[in-house]
Amino acid sequence: MTALPAHWLDKDRRELRLKESAASDRIYELLTTACALVVPALVVSIAVAIFAAAWPAFAKLGLSIVTSSNWDVAGGHFGAAPAVFGTLVSSAVALVIATPLAIGVAIFLSEFSPVWLRQPVGFLVDLLAAIPSVVYGLWGIFVLIPLLREHVMPFLRDTLHLGATPFFSGPAYGPSMLAAGVILAIMALPYISAVSREVLMAVPRSQREAALALGATRWEMIRDAVIPYARSGIIGGIMLGLGRALGETMAVTMLIGNRPEISASLLAPGYTMASLIANEFSEATNDLHLSALMAVGAVLFIITLIVNAVARWLVWSVARSRAQ
Amino acid sequence: MKTARSRHLVSGAMIGLTYLAAILATLPLLLILTHLLRKGASSLSLAFFTHMPRPVGEPGGGMANAIVGTLVLIGIASVIGLPIGIGAGLYLAEKKSTPLASSVRFLSDVLNGLPSIVIGIFAWQFLVRPIGHFSALAGGVALGSMMIPLVTRTTEEMLLVVPTSLREAALALGYPRWRTSISIVLRTALAGIVTGALVAVARIAGETAPLLFTAFGNQFWSTSLREPIAALPLQIFNYAISPYDEWHRQAWAGALVLITIVLIISIAARFATRSRFGAPVD
Repeated sequence: MTALPAHWLDKDRRELRLKESAASDRIYELLTTACALVVPALVVSIAVAIFAAAWPAFAKLGLSIVTSSNWDVAGGHFGAAPAVFGTLVSSAVALVIATPLAIGVAIFLSEFSPVWLRQPVGFLVDLLAAIPSVVYGLWGIFVLIPLLREHVMPFLRDTLHLGATPFFSGPAYGPSMLAAGVILAIMALPYISAVSREVLMAVPRSQREAALALGATRWEMIRDAVIPYARSGIIGGIMLGLGRALGETMAVTMLIGNRPEISASLLAPGYTMASLIANEFSEATNDLHLSALMAVGAVLFIITLIVNAVARWLVWSVARSRAQ
Repeated sequence: MKTARSRHLVSGAMIGLTYLAAILATLPLLLILTHLLRKGASSLSLAFFTHMPRPVGEPGGGMANAIVGTLVLIGIASVIGLPIGIGAGLYLAEKKSTPLASSVRFLSDVLNGLPSIVIGIFAWQFLVRPIGHFSALAGGVALGSMMIPLVTRTTEEMLLVVPTSLREAALALGYPRWRTSISIVLRTALAGIVTGALVAVARIAGETAPLLFTAFGNQFWSTSLREPIAALPLQIFNYAISPYDEWHRQAWAGALVLITIVLIISIAARFATRSRFGAPVD
């Protein structure tokens, strides 16, 4: 007769434990859901913050913020067209330099590299992404710019006679669209190559073997069987690199020369949206000036949001087709 | 019709070009590191770590306040970014395909790609403008906001590597779901999550742009969260664009210290996972 109460007690305990764990499971679920909700909340808050800050300028100046090239603080004119232009051109220069290099490295690492080189080279390229942009800027000011001014720019302009085209004409100052483009290329390279390497490695072996069996050389195999398979993923990687380049602030501010003029020459100084904000923020004299800077930030926000969303979608579409 | 010989020549040349690309891509890193070592080491001394910045013209001085400031900022950012990021990662790993999970996944990736200057504006609008002055707290919040999406995604990735059988075994033994998640799944993936956290810290340690709007920098000693605070990257920036040679030397020394911190964290992150999982995660 003594066993029965013990059994009951046990049952009570079990029920109690079940209840307790159900309650704590509930709390756990609430907590993790709350953490997950922080991410969308953050995106919304960023958008709200930036448009609230930009609103006075948009209301007063409208679209002339991006279409006018008259940036005159004293006169109350805030046209950031040169900065928009500079952002697009410096990023384009960066992609032109970085894309072939990054895809070349990715192909090297996924196809041709000796096994013992694969890890160290991959690691060194990845490390480029870990270097702070202010360190890139410092190196750019004291090493890259003198190098460009004394050797690369005269070579492009005079030795190759590219000075005859508007793109490489004029004096070589040093701080320039070209300097910004080169540093952005170095900074975007690890992002493009990391994504490209990943999608290239995901291309099935059978794809390669089939091409080789048909008599393709190793390069023809890459060109005709591997790259087409990985194409949209690689494009996604390039767009991620573009997103980096568009929004990069410190290194560009230190190297581009910060002159609000539109010039076709890559040897001339320029301005970007991010460097305009970084430069003038601390010396903004009145509310409209401050708000105009935030409006430039809002434009940058929209552009990078779109570029990143498309890039992610492209990379995902490769991942999804692989899973199916 | 191209001959087999020319096709093989082209193939060899293109393969050669990929080797060249590999050399060219690793060259900038090696150049930057050698310049940093050469110019930084000659300007580095014990005083750099223990002394305050001196005014222009006075030689010597250091960046003690900026080094401490950077550590304070990293601390605030980690307190905000790590728990939220790990929590969100747990959610994503457990609720794989709910609509919230897919949108959180997508928005984290988008957030990861947003320019840091935009995050700076966000923290400025909410934490600096209403209060009326810059503060360490605002800087930490900006950096912490950058950590959240990074940590979220690496945590999720690491948790997915944990075999389902392990989770099922724990549940079959009568573990409640939350304890299964925390003491079985999270524990198994711990090395990977530490890696993710370290990568995130390395990424924000060198951030400068958001701090222009938030922490702002400070020439004096301050560890108060409500006051502007100095930070290594900001100090490097201000010194690098100054016209003074002495400050340039200080900037190189600062950059060497900053890069050493970042590289040690990055390499530690690499080795934290290497022993447990095949491929390291970035």
